[in-house]
Parts: sequence; C-alpha cells; structure tokens
Amino acid sequence: MEWIYGPWPWYVGGLFIAATLILLLLMGKSFGFSSNLRTMCSMMGAGKSCDFFCFNWKAQTWNLLFLVGTILGGFIAYHFLSVEPAAIPLGQNTIDKLNQLGIESAGKAYIPTELFSNEIFGSVKSIGLLLLAGFFVGFGSRYAGGCTSGHAISGLSNLQLPSLIAVIGFFIGGLIMVHLLFPLIF
Amino acid sequence: MKKLAYLLVGMLFGIGMFKSGAASWFRIYEMFQFDSFHMYGIMGTALTIAVAATYIIKKKNIKDFSGNPIEFTPKEKSVPRYLIGGIFFGLGWALGGACPGPMFALFGAGFLPILIAIIGALLGTWFYGIIRKWLPH
Repeated sequence: MEWIYGPWPWYVGGLFIAATLILLLLMGKSFGFSSNLRTMCSMMGAGKSCDFFCFNWKAQTWNLLFLVGTILGGFIAYHFLSVEPAAIPLGQNTIDKLNQLGIESAGKAYIPTELFSNEIFGSVKSIGLLLLAGFFVGFGSRYAGGCTSGHAISGLSNLQLPSLIAVIGFFIGGLIMVHLLFPLIF
Repeated sequence: MKKLAYLLVGMLFGIGMFKSGAASWFRIYEMFQFDSFHMYGIMGTALTIAVAATYIIKKKNIKDFSGNPIEFTPKEKSVPRYLIGGIFFGLGWALGGACPGPMFALFGAGFLPILIAIIGALLGTWFYGIIRKWLPH
C-alpha cells in the first residue's frame, strides 16, 4: 500500500489519462477540459456582451460534472492518498537551476511556495503572475480551440494535424517562457 | 446515475493528474528544461493507449454505452489559430505550471492561490470571445 502515498510513476499517470479519454468516448462524449471555461463564462452572463457565449450551455452539464469530479479528485489525492507536503522529487540539476531563480522550495513542495502559499495574497507581483498565467491559458486554449486534453490527448490520438500544430505552439510558448522570460521574471 | 458517472470519471482524472505530478508546476518546468523524462512518459503512455483505442473504436465500429456510434469530429484545417493560440497557451502553462484540468485539481487539493489563475483563465476566455472577430483564424 505504501506506493500509493508516494508520487506515482509516469506510466500510471498516462494510464489514468488514457482511461479518462476512453471512458468519456464510451459515454458518448469527447475529452476537452477548457470548454468548461467557456461554459462558465456563459453561465455568468458573458452572452450579454458577446455572441461567442450565446449557446446552450446546459448541454455541457456533463463536462461541468466532470470538472467537479476533478476538484474532488484533487482533494482526495492530496488529503487521503498523499503524505504532506507531497513533495515532487526533482533532479539536483533542476533544483540548482530553480534555486538560482530564487525558488528555494524546489524538491521540498508539490508546487512552489513562492507562488502558491497563502502569503502570496499579499504580493502584487505573485497575484499578477498567476492572473497573467491564467489569462494566457484561457485565451490561448479558446483561440487554439482546445487545451492539453482536447489537443494533445483527444486530437493527437485521432491523428489530427491541427492538434499537432497546437501542441507545437504549446511547446514554443513554454520554451520561450521558461528559457527566455523566467530569468527576467524571477 | 449518468451524472454520477461523469463525476467519477472526473475524480479518476483529478487523482491521476495530482498523483502523477502532472499538476505540479515543478514537473512542467522540468519538462520545458528537458531535465526529465517524466512528463514525456505520461504523455507518451497516454497517447500510445489512446491512439490504439481510437483506432480500434473506429475499425470495429464500437458503440458507446447507450448503443450510439462513437463520432470523432475532425478539427477545422488552419494554421494561425492553432499556432498563435497554442503559443499563448504554452506561455501561460509554463508560467502558472498548470493547464486547465490541473488548475481545478489543485484547487480541490486546497492550494487557494490557484483560484487567481482560474479567474485569469475565465477572463482570458471571455477576452477571446470579445476580440475573436478581429483575430486571424
């Protein structure tokens, strides 16, 4: 049983993602998480300001239930299937690079305390960075018509060229951020 | 009953995302630094199984649980929207260390600052809706 409480190996993670996709297909749905962001905008009345949000969002209720399940899954994983602080084991090389950026929690936490501890609610810079990160994720996923689940998993498994282009885009953006912008930001 | 099933599949996904580290900012950083095989292993395993499953479903005309044919909608052909949209997504993914699914798994785990990123994601989605008619697609 011990192995459950530690970080799971990559192939188990991959298996869970594939199982999610297959189960949703068998339930007659397609796996795409970021559609929920559009649905949530519609629910909050964004349809008044723009047509893009005028659609029958109730047909997306299944996906919102999936989202609630994801929240519950995170709760269960952290509180019942992990030992706090559920630190992610990193190579020394990675830890050194992060320490140089001033991220001292590398190797000691699940996500950096410099960005995700409750103290950051008092830091304009951290709030701004998280808001900007989310903004790019929301804008980019809708512009590209999908996120990691819709393109990298659903689209690629159906051998869709547009999804490959999107995933290449994800990587260009990610590499620019980590290699060029992180040294300026942190 | 069906509703419960969606909730349960979501739970499976959330647990998998969190426990495999796919919801960890550090794992995303490590991936973009090419420091570890971990994230590539996750994606590689998921894709190998998913490509095979999709192929079998199509080949054998497998029906869904309600007996309806499983349909795959091809993505519209284009380059700019996928490339430019994808780059924006990648910038945010690397900065916040989470794509949309993991954001909600992290919220469930109790990392409240991720709510700021979720609000940002909703604003970004809304902003896309507003300006989409002026964007190249």
